[in-house]
Amino acid sequence: MTDDFQARIDRVPYARTLGIQMINEDGCFLLPARKSNIGNPTLPALHGGAIAGFMELSAMIHVLSQGGSDSTPKIVDFAVDFVRAGKFEETFCRCELVFFGRKMINVSITAWQDDPGRPIAKARAQFLVKD
Amino acid sequence: MALDLQELRRFVDVVLQSNPGDHFTTLGIAVEAVEHHHVQMSMPYRESLIGDPDTGVLHGGAITALLDTCCGFAAATALDDLGMTPTIDLRIDYMRAATPGKSVIADAEVYRVSESVIFTRALAHHGDVQHPIASAVGNFFRMESALFEEMRREFRRAEATEGGA
Repeated sequence: MTDDFQARIDRVPYARTLGIQMINEDGCFLLPARKSNIGNPTLPALHGGAIAGFMELSAMIHVLSQGGSDSTPKIVDFAVDFVRAGKFEETFCRCELVFFGRKMINVSITAWQDDPGRPIAKARAQFLVKD
Repeated sequence: MALDLQELRRFVDVVLQSNPGDHFTTLGIAVEAVEHHHVQMSMPYRESLIGDPDTGVLHGGAITALLDTCCGFAAATALDDLGMTPTIDLRIDYMRAATPGKSVIADAEVYRVSESVIFTRALAHHGDVQHPIASAVGNFFRMESALFEEMRREFRRAEATEGGA
């Protein structure tokens, strides 16, 4: 099932650009350390936009994997708090369905690197799904 | 020292373009205008940024990255000297899908500067701000100017060397 989903993910060009990988069906995803996700070469640090995009895309895939719907959920809004710099390392995130309604779906996303107890960013995403 | 907006624009150009293969060049973000409390940027339509392969619509994440970048450099126009402003938080509202094939323009403005925080907002559009694709509000950290002393020195040294060559 995870492999099936990874194949679907790999159909999405932006997902291939980030290099996102589904770790399991519980909403865990990986953003590999790729040069194309770097925003500051001196530190070096990941681009906040790459981290945010990874979290947003993870949330969308998680909704698809949980909902059994084939139509792509539409993102309505997305908010992210950056709490630590994203080092040039593997980044993980876990998505949690806060609300799964017929139309609106709310997802909470936490991203971390070496320690799940020390997140680098927290986000929430609101999606609209068609019946 | 007062901020030199033309120097900041050259600095933004270097950040956006001098590291081929990084996230800025992967997105293709370019600066269009740098003014006090306002920055405009553009991002071309690219196949690699598509979020829905059936429609060719760009993924929201690419728009988020553009708006983060544009708001961040708008915040940098509110500093006293050349420096960087880390993102504290960002919220994006998606009003309509970006039209496949069209470049996305972002306009970001600073609406409040406090001792430690610079408050910004932005719109992403295709040239008509009355028909936005997305709007954003983002807060940025205003760090001690002295922290960027070395960064400024290096940037100015590199510019002087290039100018003399």
